[in-house]
Amino acid sequence: MILRKDLTVEVRSLEIAYTTLFFAVSCVLFFAFALVKEGKAPEDGAAGILWIAIAFSGTLALGRTFERERQSETLRALLMAPAARPAIYVGKLLSIIALLVAAEVVLVPLVAFLFQVPLLAHPFWLAAVLVTGTIGFAAVGTLFSAMLVRARSRDVLLPVLLYPITVPVIIAGVRATAELLEPDVELALVRFWVALLVALDVVFVTLALWTFEPLMTD
Amino acid sequence: MPKWFMPLAAINALMFAASPFLIANADYEATMGLVQKIFYYHLPSAWIFLISAIVCGIASARYLFRGSPRHDRLAYAAAELTVLFGAIVLVTGPLWARKAWGVWWQWDVRLTASLMGWMVAWAYLLVRRYGGPGSDKLAAGLALFGMANVPFVYVSVNYWRTIHPPTTVVPTLPVDMGAALWFAVACFLLLFFLLLRLRVHLEEQRARLDSLYLSLDE
Repeated sequence: MILRKDLTVEVRSLEIAYTTLFFAVSCVLFFAFALVKEGKAPEDGAAGILWIAIAFSGTLALGRTFERERQSETLRALLMAPAARPAIYVGKLLSIIALLVAAEVVLVPLVAFLFQVPLLAHPFWLAAVLVTGTIGFAAVGTLFSAMLVRARSRDVLLPVLLYPITVPVIIAGVRATAELLEPDVELALVRFWVALLVALDVVFVTLALWTFEPLMTD
Repeated sequence: MPKWFMPLAAINALMFAASPFLIANADYEATMGLVQKIFYYHLPSAWIFLISAIVCGIASARYLFRGSPRHDRLAYAAAELTVLFGAIVLVTGPLWARKAWGVWWQWDVRLTASLMGWMVAWAYLLVRRYGGPGSDKLAAGLALFGMANVPFVYVSVNYWRTIHPPTTVVPTLPVDMGAALWFAVACFLLLFFLLLRLRVHLEEQRARLDSLYLSLDE
């Protein structure tokens, strides 16, 4: 229900989608200017930059979605609604994931084009890595940005909280993506990183569901 | 402060004064020689670093679900000690690594996970300090994620093939090395306990002062 509401608002205005996407694209362009020389990118650079762009634009999107709830005081209304707290969390989480996956659909071809790497050689595995990584990142991000709604200086605190915790997710995502870009891909290694990402997703979502209730109660 | 605090602190100081002699008397390790002596301080502080992250996590969980401010003060004190002992680990580790592996730092699983745990503790303190009202619960949620990282640090060396020695090294140490090590562990454990007690005491005084000011205003 919250997923549907968020998506409806988003489709009507497309505010967050456009700003996030524009930010992510300019992020990738900056790195392309800085790193690609004579048509050659540094080794493994593309994987790192793809994930940096996802993490940065994800932070921006997380901040914005909850800022919107705060401005119109709807978060309080949501919390007062006769719905279970975990359901609110899951709805928010799904809408963030949908937003980030939509951004990735644009980012991946862009990175592949600017860094001249065969990102689309293994579409299934790449999708698996991106989706599991995004879930892990968004699971922690949704929890903390929901909690930060009331805090002072929330724009600074969200990255402070989010990045140390999501470091393993980003590392696993970058390593798996870099492995997919190798000329001869070792699928066993990719499978290992995806398994790690799934494990992290399970831990993060469980912890977030468990703590969302006491954290959102005043 | 309780009566036993000062005598215990004196004993602890004596123990720390004695520990260099025990360490100096222990055998030289065959391949690394003198540098290996760092180990006697590196490993105890690493254990305390993990223990203190666990204390912080458990106290935070109890604060979140029961809401008693006593546990919140304990969690705050433990988070500060996590930063302190983490700093010792992260300074002694590279000093040793430079000699043993030839590099200061390696993106090894255990090293990365330890750094991440240390950053989570820093983030905890930053949120407490600058988060404004309601940030204590936010920080408590963060501490749970920090605690989830601890078993990961501990078992990482046994599951991944990494450069860091595994946990099974400790029971196989020769007797005099083991004695020096366990003495150092006792030193650090007592120090941790004393500092924790002192820090909690300080927070208790602060809380009492706050409530006194409040009753004065009324």
